[in-house]
Amino acid sequence: MHEMAICENIRVLIEEQARTQHFSRVERVCLEIGALSGVEVEALRFGFDVVMRGGVAADARLEIVETAGTAWCLPCAATVVIGRRYDPCPRCGSHQIQVTGGEEMKIRELEVT
Amino acid sequence: MCTVCGCGEGGAKVEADPHGHDHHDHGHHDHGHHHDHGHDHGHIHHSGHHHHDHHHGAGGTLDYGGGPAGTSVPGMSQARLIQIEADILGKNNGYAAANRARFAEAGILTLNLVSSPGSGKTTLLCRTLGMLAGEFPCAVIEGDQQTSADADRIRATGAPAIQINTGKGCHLDGHMVGHAVDHLAPADGSVLFIENVGNLVCPAAFDLGEAHKVAILSVTEGEDKPLKYPDMFAAADLVLINKTDLLPHLDFDVDLAMANARKVNHRVRLLKVSARTGEGMQAWLDWVRGARLMALSGRPSRAAE
Repeated sequence: MHEMAICENIRVLIEEQARTQHFSRVERVCLEIGALSGVEVEALRFGFDVVMRGGVAADARLEIVETAGTAWCLPCAATVVIGRRYDPCPRCGSHQIQVTGGEEMKIRELEVT
Repeated sequence: MCTVCGCGEGGAKVEADPHGHDHHDHGHHDHGHHHDHGHDHGHIHHSGHHHHDHHHGAGGTLDYGGGPAGTSVPGMSQARLIQIEADILGKNNGYAAANRARFAEAGILTLNLVSSPGSGKTTLLCRTLGMLAGEFPCAVIEGDQQTSADADRIRATGAPAIQINTGKGCHLDGHMVGHAVDHLAPADGSVLFIENVGNLVCPAAFDLGEAHKVAILSVTEGEDKPLKYPDMFAAADLVLINKTDLLPHLDFDVDLAMANARKVNHRVRLLKVSARTGEGMQAWLDWVRGARLMALSGRPSRAAE
C-alpha cells in the first residue's frame, strides 16, 4: 500500500514538530501500526530511510509497535483477535464481525536532540 | 517512488489550474481544517548519568543553555522524548473533514467510486449521468495519473467535470478534492461523483470527505478480489458488480463474489449492473436517489426548520 505517501506524511508531521518544539535532530521515531491498517511494515521501513534523507529525521532509528487486530463478534458477543480483515471469528467461525481495533497508523513518540 | 504501488512525490495537478499547484506542499491553501495532533507533551527523561551537555563558548565560558532544551538540570540529558500520538493521515483527514462539512452544508451527496483499472467506472458513470439528466444536477471529479480523456468523456454527457492528474500519485487525497470542488463549484443539492484513480489499494486509506465509497467489481475480474483487496471492500458501503452482460461467456461465479465481499464487510450492499445493456441500472439509480435525499435532509442549517 502507499507506504511512500505515508512516509511523506510522517516527514511533514516531524518537521512541524521540529518547528514548534524546537529540535533539530531526531534520534528515534516510534510508530504504532495496526495489523489491519493495510500498511506493509517492511515497505514502510524501506520508504522511511529514503523519505527522511536530508531532513531532521535522516538516519533516525525507526521503531514500529505493531498492534493486534481486534473485532467484535456478533454471534459470540465478544471481542476476538483477528490477523486479517476477512478472517472469521476464531471462536465460532462467523464472518459477522466488526473490526474494533488494529487500524491505527500513528506516530507515538520522537526522541529528539 | 513507492516499491509497492508506484506512488511517489509531486506531480499532482488539477486541470484548469494554470499554476499547477504542488499538492504535496500542504502549506498553501488552507481549507480551514483542524490540526488534531498535539503540540505539547515535551517530556524530559532522566538518563541516570551526567552527560557533558554543555558547550565550550568563547573565553572558556561553559554554556549550559545552548542545548535544545535551553536549560540544564544536573543528571538530565538534553535528549528529549516527545510523545505526539499523531495520526499519520491526520492532515488528510483534516482536509476530508473540511470537505465533508462543506458538502453537508450544501446538501451535496458525494460518492467516491473506487475500482481496479478497466472495471468500467467511466462507462458506468456516463450511463448514470445520462439516465439522471434533468432530475437533479450532477458533477464529476475525475482522477487519473495522466490525460484528461475521462473528463472529456464525462463532459460529452453534459455534466460538468474536472480532471485531476495525480502524476506519480496512486490516489486522490482530501486536499486535491477540496481544490477541484473550488473550481467545479457544484450546485447545492447536486450529486458529486468522484472517480478515483483505478487502484484497489491506496484509495482505501485516503478519506476525501465523501458520504460513501462505492466499489466497482467487474465480472471479468476474479471472484476473490474482495479477499485480495479487503481494505477497499471493507471501506465500501456499496459494491456494484458490473459488466453482467458478459456473464454467459465467463465462468465468473456471482454468488461466490458476493459471499466474498460479505466476508470482509458484512454490512455491504451489493447490486448487479451492466452499464452496457442497462440491466440493474434502475436499482443503482434508486440507491443514489435515496442517498441524495439523506444528504439533503441532513443539511445542518436546516436542522432547526
